[in-house]
Amino acid sequence: MSNTISKKVLLSFSGIASDKPIVSELIRKYNLEINIYRAKIGNNEEGHMAIGVTGDEKLVNESLKYLKSSNVEVKETETGLIWDEEKCASCGNCLTHCPTKALHITDSHSRRVEFDGSKCIECLSCIRNCPFGACKSFF
Amino acid sequence: MHKYTTNSLEIKNAIQYCDFMKTYEEINNKIESGSAVVLTADEVIDYVDKKGLDEAANEIDVVTTATFGPMCSSGCFLNFGHSKPKMRMTEVWLDDVMAYAGIAAVDVYLGATQLRYNDPANMNYPGDFLFGGGHVIEKLVAGKEVQLFALSYGTDEYPLKELRTYITIDDLNQAIMTNPRNCYQNYNVAINCSEKPIYTYLGKLKPNMKNLTYCSAGQLSPLLNDPYYKTIGVGSSVWLAGAHGHVYSEGTQHASACERTENGVPSEGAGTLALTGNMKEMDPEFVRGVSFKGYGASLALGVGIPIPILNKEILKYCTVKNSEIYASVIDYSSTYPAREGDIVCKLSYEQLRSEEVEINGKKVKSTSLSSYSKALKIAELLKDEIKKGDFALSKPYKMLPVNQGMQPLNIKKQGGAK
Repeated sequence: MSNTISKKVLLSFSGIASDKPIVSELIRKYNLEINIYRAKIGNNEEGHMAIGVTGDEKLVNESLKYLKSSNVEVKETETGLIWDEEKCASCGNCLTHCPTKALHITDSHSRRVEFDGSKCIECLSCIRNCPFGACKSFF
Repeated sequence: MHKYTTNSLEIKNAIQYCDFMKTYEEINNKIESGSAVVLTADEVIDYVDKKGLDEAANEIDVVTTATFGPMCSSGCFLNFGHSKPKMRMTEVWLDDVMAYAGIAAVDVYLGATQLRYNDPANMNYPGDFLFGGGHVIEKLVAGKEVQLFALSYGTDEYPLKELRTYITIDDLNQAIMTNPRNCYQNYNVAINCSEKPIYTYLGKLKPNMKNLTYCSAGQLSPLLNDPYYKTIGVGSSVWLAGAHGHVYSEGTQHASACERTENGVPSEGAGTLALTGNMKEMDPEFVRGVSFKGYGASLALGVGIPIPILNKEILKYCTVKNSEIYASVIDYSSTYPAREGDIVCKLSYEQLRSEEVEINGKKVKSTSLSSYSKALKIAELLKDEIKKGDFALSKPYKMLPVNQGMQPLNIKKQGGAK
């Protein structure tokens, strides 16, 4: 029985590892669907990629093992967008700029702003619009 | 049993015969003895609804109001103490942000919107304005180290001409926050009717009225709960970011002669307060540097103001609800910069807080720059302090003007000809 799962992962690698066509291999070898939210890759520099992977659970896990063996640092359940709860003043200015409601208010009375990383598509508009500097990019 | 009967009789008599007048002294005595009845301006709405105005006015001693948001007209006086040899500081920078030194030898005034030296501002539009006076103030309150660089021309008694050192707030003799304009009674709602995005002190406004920004704590906001300044005046004690400060003057641009709804609540900026407090007593959670893309740097502040329930009328004002407070929507792409009076429409804070409003048949996203969450927290903190007997009220020694307008600046030739 195949069990399809989706995961968000943050990949970081050195310049050498980035010579490998990582995304192609994930697609070809592991039959995964890849959604690249954001990537920053330079020659002989460190590179980062925030991707969503969808595929058979077993193959997803094997692909992550493959990435780790290829000197790629894999951070699961993390987004490239870092929301600092302490710095967030819950003004709500971001709400109009966040297209996926990753930044949202759950309690309409207290109006506290919360962040749901699984909904974040890393458009980074919150970084440009937060007066308190509560949102930062990992890369 | 007997005691119970006496108490309820006393209450009954009080309700019947007292015309609900309390004095500041009576309220402060109750605060001191730890028996004051305190509610937030948020809680008081339902409470009065349930109990009725008469009974509630008799019971409640204080209503706490609060706000948290960017307040550009803020800053602080700092005294550094004297170096050896001494210096009459003429030009001063804190973390490369210039402070005004045109006062006594080692005193300066650091303003919230002052930019860091070499900030490119809007040369690469829209600029980021990542660090300014507000951020330095935030660092000081948080106890962090700040670089002090000072220059002087040198005098006989103050020979030192240059100095660079590192200080924290504990090294300062005084750090007195002194804000000429805080706590706007109400505020414009900003919208953009043009076809290009614009960047304002109310954030980025998308073209064609896609979004709007408001900036008020609404029913929790201090001056919206005391629309005619019956209790908040010069000398009133305020909770300024955790410090026990006070109102030292009417605020700059205090313009109380304005359009008001039937309940007395202004639908425009109206009143303002000048506040001061000891920065050494402040809580860094409520003193925060802010950056507005394309506009500049500033300081967001938390302020709480207690309203003594001296009579029924004062309590009635405190029951104002978001649905009864209106703000004017203004086009920040044309009418605002041109200083024209037209407004797009008026919306209540209930509508504004619903996250989407309709203007001329168009759906517009509505967000805030004022944090209701922090304002609620401040109202609760102040309530707790008053209940514990740690925060006393003070009777204003001068009331704020209730019928004062605001003059524009006319650009004219020398001698008066326009």
